[in-house]
Amino acid sequence: MLSDKDRIFTNIYGWQGADLTAAKERGDWDNTKALIKLGHDEVVEKVKASGLRGRGGAGFPTGLKWSFMPKEVKDRPHYLVVNADESEPGTCKDRDIIRHEPHKLIEGCLIAGFAMRANAGYIYIRGEFVNEARALQNAIDEAYEAGLLGKNAAKSGWDFDLYLHRGAGAYICGEETALIESLEGKKGQPRLKPPFPAGSGLYGCPTTVNNVETIAVVPTILRRGASWFSGLGREGNSGSKLFCISGHVNNPCNVEEEMGIPLKELIEKHAGGIRGGWDNLLAVIPGGSSTPLLPKSICDTVLMDFDSLKAEGTGLGTAGVIVMDKSTDIIKAIARISYFYKHESCGQCTPCREGTGWMYRMMDRLVKGDADIEEIDTLHDVTKQVEGHTICALGDAAAWPIQGLIRHFRPEIEKRITAWRAAAVAE
Amino acid sequence: MSISRRIADEQPDHFAFSAENKKLIKAIMAKYPKERKASAVLPLLDLAQRQHDNWLPMKAIEAVAEACDMPEIRVLEVASFYTMFNLKPVGKYFIQACGTTPCWLRGSNEVMRCIKDKLGISSGQTSACGKFSLLEVECLGACVNAPMVQINDDYYEDLDYMSMSVLIDRLDADDVPAAGSLRGRQGSQPEPAPTSLTNVVDFKDASTAKKTKSSPKTTKGKGDGHA
Repeated sequence: MLSDKDRIFTNIYGWQGADLTAAKERGDWDNTKALIKLGHDEVVEKVKASGLRGRGGAGFPTGLKWSFMPKEVKDRPHYLVVNADESEPGTCKDRDIIRHEPHKLIEGCLIAGFAMRANAGYIYIRGEFVNEARALQNAIDEAYEAGLLGKNAAKSGWDFDLYLHRGAGAYICGEETALIESLEGKKGQPRLKPPFPAGSGLYGCPTTVNNVETIAVVPTILRRGASWFSGLGREGNSGSKLFCISGHVNNPCNVEEEMGIPLKELIEKHAGGIRGGWDNLLAVIPGGSSTPLLPKSICDTVLMDFDSLKAEGTGLGTAGVIVMDKSTDIIKAIARISYFYKHESCGQCTPCREGTGWMYRMMDRLVKGDADIEEIDTLHDVTKQVEGHTICALGDAAAWPIQGLIRHFRPEIEKRITAWRAAAVAE
Repeated sequence: MSISRRIADEQPDHFAFSAENKKLIKAIMAKYPKERKASAVLPLLDLAQRQHDNWLPMKAIEAVAEACDMPEIRVLEVASFYTMFNLKPVGKYFIQACGTTPCWLRGSNEVMRCIKDKLGISSGQTSACGKFSLLEVECLGACVNAPMVQINDDYYEDLDYMSMSVLIDRLDADDVPAAGSLRGRQGSQPEPAPTSLTNVVDFKDASTAKKTKSSPKTTKGKGDGHA
């Protein structure tokens, strides 16, 4: 278990103020100038050495992503864009950073912006987070007043402007190119890649999009050293991470823990265990709604990090842990997720636009059992036709939960179908 | 749903931004490069909606198009793509109830049942008195405080049938509770007691940390109100 001295987000529950004075007392903005003085490339190298992987779901190495930005600013300015469009069901960690630790994010923006030679950054926050946006704007205003943003930000010699941009309700804008489209004033529909944002992103300029948590941990990593961060967790899965534990646990909560913590320990130590005890566990969705569920037998021993979960055919995603006990209608739980993706498909690619609706209707029938046994295979086949055949990963995200259900709970689906057919015959 | 059905039949003849909002528009425009006025379309639509009883008439779409230097159809395209824009009138209290799996697992159906019992409305409807509208929405990102609803700008969390019922009664009396957990929980911390951060010590200067450390049991955060 992570000890308190190794926690980055010491005000994650908002026991203290979110204001600049309180943030400084927690160690934020402490000699930021010295971190900038390391130089662009050294900051990138240190982030690489820390082993930090993106906290928004895909887990791409952050330092490497930054290194894709051009080494010189030519005719086009560079932009940092922070993805605060937190919408993956099961995930509510960035919200706590924004409302309770906004200065960690703002300081991280300055440092990350400097590392990628950007003089401006945009934070794209989901529209529904109205109060969170107010808290963050207050913190940005405070930072400007204190000279921590703007010209010669934090007396570092680097000019950096930071703007808050509110979305308006569209899950798809969490996809980085859809987010850029939205920021440009268009419908949030993902772009074909390449070109990648580092080559041509916001306004056609070199851009890097990072998740809130990724950016907010950077100042602490630089202060305490890359080796401190890489010493936490496991090889290739370093550091600490905010976990969101929701569903059928006794005490749902957010908590910062070490990467690689056993799922069972995470749930029992922090969330008060499963309702009715560990043996009452049915399944866990480990990393937000798009990651395939795990049955109890795997939950008994699985570790919570990118590679351990990948080895089990699922993923750490956003670390939004959705717990389901034995009272859950597992088919309905996944059908509700299918409905979510149907609702959120942007409609641009046919496999996703048509596929998400088809998969939801099929899942809805499976909830009742109103199907033929062979249709389970047809459904699986359709998920495979959607997966990998769309511009962005929403199609994949819609396909994976169903694949996970079929992989681990096929007998349950068959039982439902058999029961429905028996009832139909009886009538 | 086809767009024509989402747009109100009765439309006002006129919409103009207030003087105060015109000033705000200038401040919003300053965030984006001069030639990128379209970037301001979402914030301006939001501003227009706030000025116009929480819904966007077509005249407001035209006003935003003019301010952003965009064709009107592009603005309508945006306004109909994002779920937060209401193209029809809604009640004074616009209830957006989350029904996605994490909320469903914690009893969002009970919250919906309460709203149906008290107000007689289902998703997409406005109460007979015109004061309340309901929309079932997708994940609002407060999953460890499920089930939850958003009413206008505020999140109300850790709900059940009873607390939702009390919430509706209070709103009906225009006594708006503070946002946050209706069970009095601080933020997203586990109940009944935190399992981490109980020994917060600044790694560099323990004396500073002691000074700022506060007891989680007695101190309430600024942002999280309690009913």
